[in-house]
Amino acid sequence: MSYEPKIVGFLCNWCSYTGADLAGTSRVHYAPNIRIIRVMCSARIDPTFVLKALREGADGVLICGCHPGDCHYSEGNYKMMRRYPLLKKMLTDFGIEPARVRLEWVSASEGQRFAEVVNDMTQRVRELGPSPIQQTLAQDMAER
Amino acid sequence: MADKKLQIALYWGAACGGCDVAVLDTNEFILDVAAVADIRLWPIAADGKYKDIEAMADGELDLAIFNGGVRNSENEHIAHLLRQKSKLLVAFGSCAYMGGIPGLANLTSREKILETAYRRNPSIEWGNRVVPQPETKLNGKELEIPKFYRRVYKLDQVVDVDYYIPGCPPQPDRVRETLLAIVKGELPPKGSVVGAFDHALCEDCPRTKNEKKVKKFYRPWEIKADPDTCLLEQGVLCCGVATRSGCGVRCPTSGIPCRGCYGPPPGVTDQGAKLASAVASIVDSKDPNEIEEILAGLPDFTSFAYRYGVAASLLQRSYRQ
Repeated sequence: MSYEPKIVGFLCNWCSYTGADLAGTSRVHYAPNIRIIRVMCSARIDPTFVLKALREGADGVLICGCHPGDCHYSEGNYKMMRRYPLLKKMLTDFGIEPARVRLEWVSASEGQRFAEVVNDMTQRVRELGPSPIQQTLAQDMAER
Repeated sequence: MADKKLQIALYWGAACGGCDVAVLDTNEFILDVAAVADIRLWPIAADGKYKDIEAMADGELDLAIFNGGVRNSENEHIAHLLRQKSKLLVAFGSCAYMGGIPGLANLTSREKILETAYRRNPSIEWGNRVVPQPETKLNGKELEIPKFYRRVYKLDQVVDVDYYIPGCPPQPDRVRETLLAIVKGELPPKGSVVGAFDHALCEDCPRTKNEKKVKKFYRPWEIKADPDTCLLEQGVLCCGVATRSGCGVRCPTSGIPCRGCYGPPPGVTDQGAKLASAVASIVDSKDPNEIEEILAGLPDFTSFAYRYGVAASLLQRSYRQ
């Protein structure tokens, strides 16, 4: 079977999820590789969520929140903005391509942009190939 | 009377010996332990051979205390053996509980470790760059040494564990309380972390906490930190926010940031990720470039955040090819 990337998307309720909804109601076609999880704010996205998604088999994780300045809770998205570089650094140290995780700001009116982001991300993760995590851990177990 | 004594074994896997010293640091109490218990195996302090343990009936031991991570096939063999022979198996100290300092090696590879230790190390004599192999032939004889695994495991990734005592090393007072509880049979539910509390270190830290906003991070030696204010607020990376209390806040009260040795508080899956979440959130900037600059003040954040917990983390190891 050919490789189809599995991408988990964490979308904030107020902007990005509504943007994704707009992409749907506008009948914009985009890659079906994304599995969306709605959270109330991008600030809710603990780096643990991202690592857990990767650990459990996601090949990529997309995080979307309101554009800076537009947060429904005024400053939540800045928290995500600050966590992102640290999270990428940690992924690099664990030998995981940081491009597997991506942060994008998508507003409620940007249905088309959401579709483009998902398509682009799917393409990039497809180029990276499957995440090595589960296979490597299975090899560790097999060694013992 | 003799046959009513508690039967105890202590073992060290991939460890520094500090956990065994922590047991000895209970001072005279260890003599009380010796009065009520037979120590059947304790490689660092007493005699006792693996074959004696192998000859025991299953469940003959009442308590096995395992410190250190599982780095090689010998560690794993003894872990299985003690599990089989003992009614209770305790993961003692941060290494058995989370992989500990040896677990940091999971961020590199077995090949690189062997290369550094046996080929590139400047103290190795020329002509003596031999990398040990699990099996060797010498004078027609086959010799075996334990197999060095690809990575470090925490104890419960290898065998079923009854209790966990965190700490690097566990504080002697907690060790004493825990051993007493076991002697008296006052045991918490299986799987409990014992000898520690159920809240984060900050709750017990006497330093004053205000709203946290950090413009610049400092290494501990770069700043004369105020002794009464939260270290993290002063820009000194401290693991207290993502660490279980139980140590007695020894590091922060001595002016040293918490290193996270007691592991994550209950409900936290991944200590390093939680620390990243907390630390990044307090960076005082809304500009992506400035944020990057401020975070660059945290060199090697990953090793800091997972100092004791790489093996216990969600990712467990490096995936670098």
